This record gives sequence, structure tokens and C-alpha cells, in this order.
Amino acid sequence: MQYLLLLHAEEAGFMRMTPEQQKQGMAAYMAYTEALNKAGAIKGSNRLQPVSTATTVRVVDGKTQVLDGPYADSKEQLGGYYLIDVPDLDAALSWAARCPGASHGIIEVRPIWTMGEPAPAGA
Amino acid sequence: MVSPEGNEQARAATEEVARRSYGKLVAFLAAHTRDVAAAEDALSEAFASALTDWPRNGCPRNPEAWLLTVARRKTIDMFRAAQRHQSSSEELELIEATLAAPAEGEIPDERLAMMFACAHPSIDAATRAPLILQAVLGLDAKRIASAFLASPAAMGKRLVRAKEKIRQAGIPIRVPGNEELPARLDTVLNAIYAAFSEGWTDPAGADAARRGLTVEALFLARLVVTLLPEEPEAPGLLALMLHTEARRRARRSAEGEFVPLAEQDQRLWDHAQIAEAESLLHRAGSLGHIGRFQLEAAVQSAHVDRCRTGAANWPHVAELYSALFALTGSPVVLINRALAIAEVDGAAAGLDAMPDQTADARLTEYQPYWAARCELLARTGAFAEARRANEIAIGLERDSAVRRFLERRRAALPE
Repeated sequence: MQYLLLLHAEEAGFMRMTPEQQKQGMAAYMAYTEALNKAGAIKGSNRLQPVSTATTVRVVDGKTQVLDGPYADSKEQLGGYYLIDVPDLDAALSWAARCPGASHGIIEVRPIWTMGEPAPAGA
Repeated sequence: MVSPEGNEQARAATEEVARRSYGKLVAFLAAHTRDVAAAEDALSEAFASALTDWPRNGCPRNPEAWLLTVARRKTIDMFRAAQRHQSSSEELELIEATLAAPAEGEIPDERLAMMFACAHPSIDAATRAPLILQAVLGLDAKRIASAFLASPAAMGKRLVRAKEKIRQAGIPIRVPGNEELPARLDTVLNAIYAAFSEGWTDPAGADAARRGLTVEALFLARLVVTLLPEEPEAPGLLALMLHTEARRRARRSAEGEFVPLAEQDQRLWDHAQIAEAESLLHRAGSLGHIGRFQLEAAVQSAHVDRCRTGAANWPHVAELYSALFALTGSPVVLINRALAIAEVDGAAAGLDAMPDQTADARLTEYQPYWAARCELLARTGAFAEARRANEIAIGLERDSAVRRFLERRRAALPE
């Protein structure tokens, strides 16, 4: 099954780090990505530019509304993602726990909706 | 032509198989598809087929295998019709192969794996116990709802959602590996204890749906003890529940009044259950690590021992509560510890040891907190304050027998 690991963290935290700490942080992510690679579990991954670069769009009554800023205005921001392919939720959760982001932020684990699958009955 | 007797026999036979193997068959079917709802549907259709087929052709030699064969066919039909999976043909072949294999011999017992899936940390905590009761024991949503004081519609919806989550989030129906096992077992045992406690809140047994839950919870705990013989907290939980269950009949007088432990008629205790609880606790103690349920069972064991021998063992009880508090941080444990301390060092020391209700707002709505305060205050001679605590306790209690007990306490307080 495929899962999207959504990495949420306080952006300002990274900016406050010393260059040495930032380098260590980057190295941890590279090692993690490499481990996912070795396990053949990774489908894709990206780091996102800060939320100051975000723009939201919605169409209301046929009119396009464009707004500056991210959709959710919270203490932690979405900063990146990993798309992984593993046998089950427990495997996805254990990969999420290994992600450096889990130690300085929160990781949301979401299964990918397989095409052709019916909508959940209870939703 | 189907004779009425044949019909009756077939019904009795299917009911017997249903009781014995429902959970086993659902767990086995779902373990391979992760679709609990589909497994339940397939199995209920298989039971319906049995009711028409068995009177006509006689009860099969291996009814469980017969039901599994039919349910497997229904499952595959359902998957084909729903086209739930993209790679449907390959996956269907896989499902067909895995489900077919054991029909010849013994069906592997996946009920423990199912319990771990139902009590998975990603399932809403309040739904774990109801889900286990449904998926492993086949209790219907209506009965579960009445036991958990929820509306059948709301309970039904919660159960459907949880089963959807198992399927869609890919929660494995599997016993976790050694590393994760202790933490995950904890959620399973908590869910079983939650089911037991719901049943226990109606000790008079007026409500059959709730009374039955304690029996079901004991069954589940026995299953875990059997299937995970090396884990001490499982026999710890079973011992705790057996100790509680053993005193059920003594907790109410013939008139339905609440009888506190010290005044219970010990002839009404189930001494076989107590003996079993003691031996389980002993066995748990030999397995190496202590836990919440073992400590709680040890407290029960100490209470029973004191009542039987008349030898006060309050310092030991207070110690057990201290260990329990260190483990759980629960303010409820502090209340019980304070009552034990009062027996050792006097009521004033007990009052000092009571948790501060301003520190934990939940205590202000917790009846035993106010009842305990009332007892300790009365013993220090602070009757006016004791009376106030007693009034709050009465206002918070929903069991009328306990309410009447508290009212008698108030009447006995000097002016």
C-alpha cells in the first residue's frame, strides 16, 4: 500500500539553527531518504519552500479568489512529504517514526486512495 | 421435505458453531483481506445457507470447514462484484489460494491478531472495546450500544467507520513483533478491561446486556492468556477480573442494597474463581515484569486475604497503591492509597494524602473522591464538612443502591 507522510514542523525552528546544526539536520534527512531507497520503499519525496511563498486559490461563484499565505494557519507548517510503498500501516508508522521530522515536528500518515475504490461507508 | 425437527436440529447446530467459531472464522477471513465488514457479511450469508442446507442434507462432519468454504466463495464473489482492487485478478487469486488452504484441516486461530487490529492505536480509543466485542465475539451493534449507553445508530456508525479504517488505512491483522508487543498488548488489555468495567457497572445484573459483557471479557482475557503465555500482564488482568467477578453476588444484599467489602458475606464469594485468580497472579509474578494489572490484582488479593484472615495488612496495601501510582499517575489510585494510609496512620494522615481536587478538575465529578473525603472527615470529627462531601457524592452517583448506601452514611453522621 502507498502512504503519504506529511511532515509538519515549526518553520522558524530551522531558521533559528546555527549553520552547523542545519547541516546536521540536512544530513539526517539524507540518511533517512537513503534508508528508504535501500528498502525499496520510496516513491517520491520533496521539501517545500517556506509558507511565506504559499498562495491559496479557490473558485467561489465562478470567480477565482487568490490569497496570499498557506491554507492552514497553525504553529506547525507543512514542510515536505515522502510517498512510500509498504505492506501495511504498521510499516508506514515505523518509517514515520524514523523520519527526523518526527523528532522536531509531527508526521501525518495518510493512505493513498486507490483508483476504483469505493468511498468509505461511514464517512 | 424438511421436517420441523430437522430444522430445529440444524438451527441448534448452526447456533452452536456460531458461538464457538464466529470470531475464529471472521478473523481468518479478514486476516487475508483486511476487510472485516466483508468477512462478517460473507459469514452471515454462510450461516443463512447452513440453515437451509443442513436440515435437507444433514449437518456436515466438519461444520466449521463447511461454513468457511461457503463464506470464502461469498467473499470472492463480493470482491469481484465490488472490484475493490485495481489488480483485482491477481489479488483475487491470492485471496482464493490463502483462504482455500486450511479448509482441509484445522483453521488457524487469528482471533488474537484481530484483537490487535481492533485495539490498534490508530483506532478511536472509545471504539476499541466495542469493535473487539463485535469482530471477535459477534455481538450485534444494538447489544453493544445498550451496554455502552450509546444509541444503536451511533454505535453502528462508529463500528462501520472503524472497520473502514482497518481496510483503508491498511491496519494489519497480525500480532505485532516482540519490540512493539508490550505497548500494543496494553491497548488490547485496556479494551478488554473497558468491556469488563461496562458490564461491572451494573452489578445487580438487572441489565442482561451489561452483565453478559463481564463473561465475554473473561473469555477474551482467557484467550489472550492462552495465546500469549509469556506475557505477565494478561494473567494479571484475568486475575483482577476474576477477583472482582468472584465477589459479585456479595456486593448486593437480598434487598438489593450495596454491601461494602468489609461487611460482605464471604460464603457468597466464588472461592474457585478466587483460587484461580491467585494462581494466575502467582504465575504472572514468575514471568519477570510487573505492570498495572498485576498490581491491581495484587490489591484485590490483599483485600480478600485481610477479610478471610482478619489480619490487617494496610501497610502492604498502601505500598501496592504507591507502586501503582508510580506506574499510572492516576489520581484515583491516590484516593485508594489515602484510605489505606488512614488505616495505618490515622484519618488526618489519610486526608493529607488525598489528591487535591483543585489540581485535577475530574475529581470534582468523581463520586468515590467525595465519599472517601466524607469517611476521613467524619473520622477526624469534622462532621459538617463530612456532610457536605457526602451530599456531593450522593449527587454524583447514578446507581440507586449506592446512593441509598451513601444516604444511610449521612443519617449516621452526628449533628
